[in-house]
This record gives sequence, structure tokens and C-alpha cells, in this order.
Amino acid sequence: MDLLVAQLDNEMLTSLGRNLGVFILAILLGFEVIVKVPPTLHTPLMSGSNAISGISIVGALLVAGGDFGWISIVFGFLAVTFATINVVGGFLVTDRMLAMFKRR
Amino acid sequence: MLTTSLLLLAQAAAPGPEAAADASDALTQIGRQDSALLKFVVDLAYLFAAVLLVFGLKMLASPRTARRGNMVAAVGMLIAIVVTLLDQQIVGPWVILAGVIVGGLIGMVAARTVPMTGMPEMVALFNGSGGAASAVVAIAEYWNPGSVVRGDLTFSIGLSILIGMVTVTGSLVAFAKLRGMTIAGVRLGNPLALPGQHVINLVLILFVLGLIVYLTGTPGATWAAVLIIVVAALLGVLLTAPIGGADMPVVVSLLNSYSGLAACATGFVLENTGLIVSGSLVGASGLILTQIMCKAMDRSLLNVLAGGFGQDTAAAGGTEAREGLTVRKMGAEEAAMVLEAAQSLVIVPGYGMAVAQAQHIVAELADLLRDRDVNVMFGIHPVAGRMPGHMNVLLAEANVDYELLRDLDCNPEMPQIDVALVVGANDVVNPDARDNPGSQIYGMPIFDVDRCKTVMVCKRSLNPGFAGIENPLFFKENTTMLFGDAKKMITEIVSELKSA
Repeated sequence: MDLLVAQLDNEMLTSLGRNLGVFILAILLGFEVIVKVPPTLHTPLMSGSNAISGISIVGALLVAGGDFGWISIVFGFLAVTFATINVVGGFLVTDRMLAMFKRR
Repeated sequence: MLTTSLLLLAQAAAPGPEAAADASDALTQIGRQDSALLKFVVDLAYLFAAVLLVFGLKMLASPRTARRGNMVAAVGMLIAIVVTLLDQQIVGPWVILAGVIVGGLIGMVAARTVPMTGMPEMVALFNGSGGAASAVVAIAEYWNPGSVVRGDLTFSIGLSILIGMVTVTGSLVAFAKLRGMTIAGVRLGNPLALPGQHVINLVLILFVLGLIVYLTGTPGATWAAVLIIVVAALLGVLLTAPIGGADMPVVVSLLNSYSGLAACATGFVLENTGLIVSGSLVGASGLILTQIMCKAMDRSLLNVLAGGFGQDTAAAGGTEAREGLTVRKMGAEEAAMVLEAAQSLVIVPGYGMAVAQAQHIVAELADLLRDRDVNVMFGIHPVAGRMPGHMNVLLAEANVDYELLRDLDCNPEMPQIDVALVVGANDVVNPDARDNPGSQIYGMPIFDVDRCKTVMVCKRSLNPGFAGIENPLFFKENTTMLFGDAKKMITEIVSELKSA
């Protein structure tokens, strides 16, 4: 029994450690990706990265598709709806803005 | 796209390898291998999606590739969604379908119908929506009867709720400020601060962090989780309210960074690498973008967040100061004559142009004068309008040649320019920002239009602009005011020019 608990803890710690590593690397990457942005693109870039933050839709899908009874139904529906608004609206509005920058 | 997702949903709902796995030990072994393989494939697909998001973001930052970058990111997102649906944790498709249809319709209609002037508000709302999704997912995970609530999970859940809720209510306040809403006669765009607001905020932040730590040690403390939701929502309002409407673009950008971090925290809750990578990516790059925007206004992020900028404090003094000063007015006919005599012209557009939808007629005016060999350029301030790049978007819509758009670097040329035509801009041409150390916007870079030989300001009234600050430019000797709606006024000038 004690062994089982120890094993569980180990597994948990390993995955937490791995996730933290991924987190730090992604943060560093995020700092590097955007260095110089012409002011023209500030708004579309903000709007585009806002659409990307709609990635929480992944979590929303897992809740909505899960088997947690009424929680899945109520919270899942809310989460999926909110996240979809963010994703669909975000990408479309960014595209609409960028479509206006026609080159001559 | 919908049909593919449906197919995938059906696949996901079908009994997986586990169902058969109970049959015998040998089969269990195979089942385990299968699900391990599936998990590996799922992880790879998430990784691929994350790579696409990184490249999409990178491409978005450069004018040539921006539009494609947006599409690359969208494809990355689609892959992440499809992979999630394939994952066997999904049991029923109906709730998902309902949410996707409702949310998709709202998002689509909003994105299609919002006018270009309303863009900043729209981004704020979308952003709040994303924050809400993260918070709701974390709340659902906490109250999910099926999951074992472990300390490390409740820590992530607490953080996710905190950041998510701050994003939601903060974005809503930003939206209200950008819209110029009023409550009981109080203009929300003004900085609204309680006495000792910063202390209150600090105490609340420490309090909520304490609650999260407590929840980590005592995962079953439901009251603490509820309290985190409430305090975080309150914090979002209190942190945003003291910041003036003119600084909202920076706030929206910062809140965007937050919503990325909220998604990242959700990733820790669900132990989902795709969420962690994409969320922290947006969190970090959003912070950089916020920094770039602050730099364009020559202010520090801390200075912006401290708020109090652009208060209507000097309203009474402002009226007094106005007396004894004379304002020169002009009609369209005279303005046309001034322009006819000019050899060089700089047009400085602002939010007023956006509101009046005057970009097309302004572009026509520029074309007309260029045909008559007037040297025309546009002075685009980095923060003109309500969002950086706002003017560029509008003028691009009106087909203005990109090469005519100039940055603040054209300031040294101002004294040689015959006419400066300010169309609905205010704070970005306020000489106080350069000359008056007592001014709230002192230090912000401006266009030195007051150094041009003649300045014409097209504006609806003498009211202070969005930042709520008086502008001495309007009372200078070389300034004349063209009172009226920008579109109407410029249209009249164009027809005068054509008939002359």
C-alpha cells in the first residue's frame, strides 16, 4: 500500500517536472518569437495571438465530452461556447483586418 | 469541417480497445500497448499543432506573411481540436456540438459585422471570452466528482480560476471604457479609483494568493475555491478601473497575455502539453507586445498600470484658461483655398476620422492634391486611434499608398511643410506633451504639427479628447479650426477643390 502511494507520487512528480520544463521552454520561445513588430501590425497581432489563446478550447472539449454528469453539460457547454467564440471570432476578425493591407 | 469533426466524434464514441481488453491477460497487454500508441500519436499531433501555432505567431509579426500566418495558426488550432476529439476521454458529442454551434455562430457574426472602428472593443470581448473558458474549465475540474482532487492540481486550478476571472471582468471593464459607456453620468473612460486603491488591490492579490496556497494544502476546502472565484472577479474590475480609456489598448494586450497564461494553467490541471505550450507562448509574446506598445507611447508598463492617466481633473481650470484665448474658425471654402495654395501637406488622422468613417474621402482628398503636385504625406502616430495600428488599417481600407504613411520620424520636416491637416486627432498633436512638464501626457512623443506654417484642425468641438486633456494647439496663432463632422467637412472641401 505504502509502495503504491510512493509510486503514484513519483509518477505525479515526474509529469509535473516534465510539464514545468515544457512551460519554461515555451515561455522563453514566446519571448523570442516577437522581437520587432511594425506599429501597423500591432492590432492584428494582438487579435491573432488572442485567437491562439482560445486554445483553452481543448480543455473545454474535454470537460464537455467527459462523463461528469450535469457538470459536463452545464460547465462543458459554457466553456465550449466561450472558447469557440474566442477561436472563431478571433481568427476571422484578424483575417478581416489583414485582408485590408493590400500591396500596391 | 463540421462533418469531419462529426465523423471523428463517432469514431471517438465507438468502443475503444479497452472494452475488449478485459477478456484475458494477453488481450489486456495488447490493449495497453494500443492505448500507449494512441497516446503517443495524440502527443505528437499536439506537438505538431503547437509548432504551427509558433510559426503562425512568428509570421503574424511581419507585414508580408501576416495573413498567411493567421491561417497557419488557425490550422494549428484545428488540429489541436481534432486531436482532442479523437482522444478517448470524449464520451458524448452533443454538448460539444451545441457549444460549437452557438459559440461559432456568435463569433462569426460578431467578427463579420463589427465595424473597423469597433475593433478594439471586439478584441477585448473575444479575449474575455477566452479567459471565461479557462476559468469555467478549471471550476468544472474542481467540482468534477470523478477526479481525485490532488494538491498540485488544486494549485493549478486556483491559478487558472484567478487568471481566467481577472481576464473576464478586466476585459469587460476595458470594453465598457472603449465603448465610452457611462454609469449614472460617470464616464467610465475616466480613470476611476478609490482612495488607497493600490493598497486595496495589493491586499486583495495577497489574499487570493493565500487562498490558493491554502487550497493546495487542503484540496477539499470548497469555500476557498468559491472565494477565489469572487475575489478574482472583483480584482479584474479593480485593476482595470483606475486606468484611463486612452490606455485601454495596452490593457487589452496585457489581458490577452493573461488569457494565455490562464489557458496554460488549465493545461497543468489537465496535464495537457498542447495547452501548456500554446498558452505560455501567448502569455510571453503578449507581454512582449504590451511592452512594445508602451514603448510607442514612451511610457513604462508600470506607469500605465498605476493608472490615473487622463483624468478630467482640470475641467474647471480648463474652462478658465480658455477665456481670453481666441479660436480661429474657417469653413470648407476657405480651407480649400488654403490647400490650393499649399505645396506640401501632412495629414494627421485620429479617432475622429475613424468615427466619421472619413478615411475614403480623406484618401480622395490626398489623391486630388497629389494630382496637383502637392507633396502629400500622412503622419501616423503609433497610438493614434484607440489601438496601435488603427489608422493604418483604416487607410489601407481606403487604398492609400503605403509609402505615403510616415512615422514620427518625419518631425524634423515639419517646419518646411505648408499645411498640416489634423483630422479628428487630438492628444497625438498636443504640444503640451513636448513643452509642459506639468501635463499628464508630458513625454509622450507627438507630431510637431504646430511647427508647420498653417495648421487646420478638423474636429467636432473644442472638447478635450479621449484622454480628457486640454490641447493648446487649438488656440495657437497659426491654427484654424474646421468645426464639424470629419466626413462632411472633408467632402465639402473636396467638392470646393473640384469646382474651383
